[in-house]
Amino acid sequence: MAVTDLRRQPNLVQAIGERIIQIILLVAASISVLTTAGIVFSLLSETIAFFNEVSIVEFLTETEWTPLFATKKFGIWPLASATFLTSAIAMLVAVPLGLIAAIFLSEFASDRIRRTVKPLLEILAGIPTVVYGYFALTFLTPLLRGFIPELSIFNSLSAGIVMGVMLIPFVASLSEDALSAVPNSLREAAYGLGSTRFEVATLVVTPAAISGIVASIVLAFSRAVGETMIVAIAAGQNPRLTLDPTVPVMTMTSYIVQVSLGDTPYGTIEYYTLYAVGFTLFIFTFVLNIFSYWMVRKFREVYD
Amino acid sequence: MSTQERASVNVQPAEAERIDRGAGNLKWRHFKGNILTVLGWFSIIFGLGTLLVLILDVLNRATGIFSGGQNWLTWEFFNNFDSRFAQRAGAKAAIVGTLYTISLTILFAFPLGVAAAIYLEEYATDNWFTRLVEINISNLAAVPSIIYGLLGLQVFARWLLFGRSILTGALTLALLVLPIIIVASRESIRAVPLSLRQASYALGATRWQTVWHVVLPQAVGGILTGSILAVSRAIGETAPLITIGALTFVPFLPRDIFDIFTVLPIQIFNWTSRPQDDFRSLAAAGILVLLAILLTINALAIYLRNRYQKRY
Amino acid sequence: MVMHDIARDNPNAIEARNMSVYYGSFRAVKSVSLAIEKNRITALIGPSGCGKSTVLRSFNRMNDLVPSARVEGEVLFHGENIYAPGVDPVNVRRRIGMVFQKPNPFPKSIYENVAYGPRINGWKLSKRQMDELVERSLRGAALWDEVKDKLNQNGLSLSGGQQQRLCIARALAVEPEVILMDEPCSALDPISTLKIEELMFELRKNYTIIIVTHNMQQASRASDYTAFFLMDSDRAGQLIEYGPTAQIFQNPKDERTEQYISGRFG
Repeated sequence: MAVTDLRRQPNLVQAIGERIIQIILLVAASISVLTTAGIVFSLLSETIAFFNEVSIVEFLTETEWTPLFATKKFGIWPLASATFLTSAIAMLVAVPLGLIAAIFLSEFASDRIRRTVKPLLEILAGIPTVVYGYFALTFLTPLLRGFIPELSIFNSLSAGIVMGVMLIPFVASLSEDALSAVPNSLREAAYGLGSTRFEVATLVVTPAAISGIVASIVLAFSRAVGETMIVAIAAGQNPRLTLDPTVPVMTMTSYIVQVSLGDTPYGTIEYYTLYAVGFTLFIFTFVLNIFSYWMVRKFREVYD
Repeated sequence: MSTQERASVNVQPAEAERIDRGAGNLKWRHFKGNILTVLGWFSIIFGLGTLLVLILDVLNRATGIFSGGQNWLTWEFFNNFDSRFAQRAGAKAAIVGTLYTISLTILFAFPLGVAAAIYLEEYATDNWFTRLVEINISNLAAVPSIIYGLLGLQVFARWLLFGRSILTGALTLALLVLPIIIVASRESIRAVPLSLRQASYALGATRWQTVWHVVLPQAVGGILTGSILAVSRAIGETAPLITIGALTFVPFLPRDIFDIFTVLPIQIFNWTSRPQDDFRSLAAAGILVLLAILLTINALAIYLRNRYQKRY
Repeated sequence: MVMHDIARDNPNAIEARNMSVYYGSFRAVKSVSLAIEKNRITALIGPSGCGKSTVLRSFNRMNDLVPSARVEGEVLFHGENIYAPGVDPVNVRRRIGMVFQKPNPFPKSIYENVAYGPRINGWKLSKRQMDELVERSLRGAALWDEVKDKLNQNGLSLSGGQQQRLCIARALAVEPEVILMDEPCSALDPISTLKIEELMFELRKNYTIIIVTHNMQQASRASDYTAFFLMDSDRAGQLIEYGPTAQIFQNPKDERTEQYISGRFG
């Protein structure tokens, strides 16, 4: 035969097998795209059904949310404000504590302390949120009522604080990553000019890592906005437009939980509200995630 | 640089006129570092202290170990179904439901996640589809879990007619933890040295043979560790399962994967929502069991990581 | 601050006496004694791993930043041992500045890069005085004409050679007496390298410069004194020969120096 061994067709069965395997793997990888498509499609279809019955103007301007009452009103603001309130309280706890912990761990602590403390802090992030909700309701609220007698049993203060504690490792870990990614040459330059450790950390390293830090804060905020069980358990079920942290409120996520717990038949306006609220929540967190993604990318460009 | 330019460059103060402007208040400049160290420790202790208080509080409520109350963590707790009477209520259906749901979740998510990771690391070229997949994965990792519940409710429960079943719950959770498994698997696949792959190709192996016989055995430690952490995330999830309609009161064991079900976190939520103190204690007992399961799983992950790290 | 000018006519800016540097139990530099003359350029040369960078970094206590590093012996600056107990490395580094291998401007504006040192040291300067100091420092680094119209631009937007001169300006702004340069041109193109060398000659009127270089021509071209280092059999760096650059390059006393500069090893 004139054809050399090298030119011979490879084993046909093997070639087909390789091809099939590659297609299977490709399909697996496509699941993520399908999931996003599924989320957008399912949220959107029911949201459109919702807006066929409720005007988008009412949704965005009405100040009451009473879809389960006889006189139904569909203003997202009470839910949005509660979401914002609990998240803001959480950030007030998580950002300063997480950031200081990050700067301390990255710039001050020895390697051994860092290697011990970081995984310990990660435990906080691994506790199920239903446990945090329980803790907020049955421990923190009674404790706080000792200092603030007018605090309701359900309130955004407890929920927010506990959510903040949960997010400390989130902020600390991501910010620490950003800080330790700052090249050592910058630290050396600063020390070489006669900086103290504090000055190196706060005037040089932190500003250099600022986009990574901002990204971690934005991501933590996004987590807080989407957090469900803590607020559903401890913040209450009362949709009202307020920024008072001592009274019961209802976040977007708590509303979804409340409706899901009741047996809501498909095709009713209550069912559609799930998706209208869910879609709003999705948009909120999506914008925050994209923003932080963009921040991190910007950060990378600086040192390339 | 021209000579003219050089002449115009005014020189620094000469040696004789050099004055030492000092370093400011150096004591204070150093002291600020001490303040930050104290604040840093405070932040860490605040976080870990809260964790400790939480665990001790739950332990005490569940077992009365410090305050001498009733011990709720008894054999009956594991062997009884939920009940309207706290003294008779147990978490049997919830614990079994969790085991069923999580096993099924692993069954879906593990092969899919690892396959996707293999594709992205070993097969994908840098084109628009790959980038789309990557952006999707990083975005999905940040989508609130309750949104996955809405997805599951619509797609699995309604369109695919799986209803409020274990199957719907497991599929939903599988999608939720998929990004975690993919990211962890990709990292450990990427860590396999290129030289090993080249050695395999040089022996005439096909791409899949190389992946199966060379890459995966090297990466298995990281893949398993990441997947176990994904499982521990799934075990603690409550919101998406509430949304797809997992029930809060299930006084029987599920017969098959199309049966309705409850899981431990939902049972805890349900008991917490009841005003009576006894149910709160039951919730605490449930939390202890949940935390014990998570602790075991994480210990396993750490063990596996250490074991496989030593091989390199 | 106790470091007064004990003797203005002391010809030496820095003097190392039996200085050894350890990383953990590993001795990286063995018993170096070296007196650096004021207002001169001293080059430290030798093959990779010979400890010349470590020696340089010992002169302003940059080695303190490596947790396991330890220095034995003395390094005298104005007659005082900078490793004596109670000496604050922050004060040492303020008066003995440093320029690094790769340009490392802060991701801040050109102006803020230069103003950083005076600011952290709490110098009470009016806006006008600070402007003057920034200008003088940038002129001193021969960068002023290139950047005077864009002082608010990020320092990272400059070219590599400009960035390195910005780093020199930043060091000058703190008004140090000695400037340590750790292979300052190794990341630069030949033209930028020449500019820096010209600049060094300019700076030597007012500063003492110690430069580590890999580049033999640079050492012979741009320095007054040369110190040649070599690794001994324990892998510890030691000083082999030290003298006027012309003598080291034309008439080395030690055979190993001759072998090195004639390119026979390293």
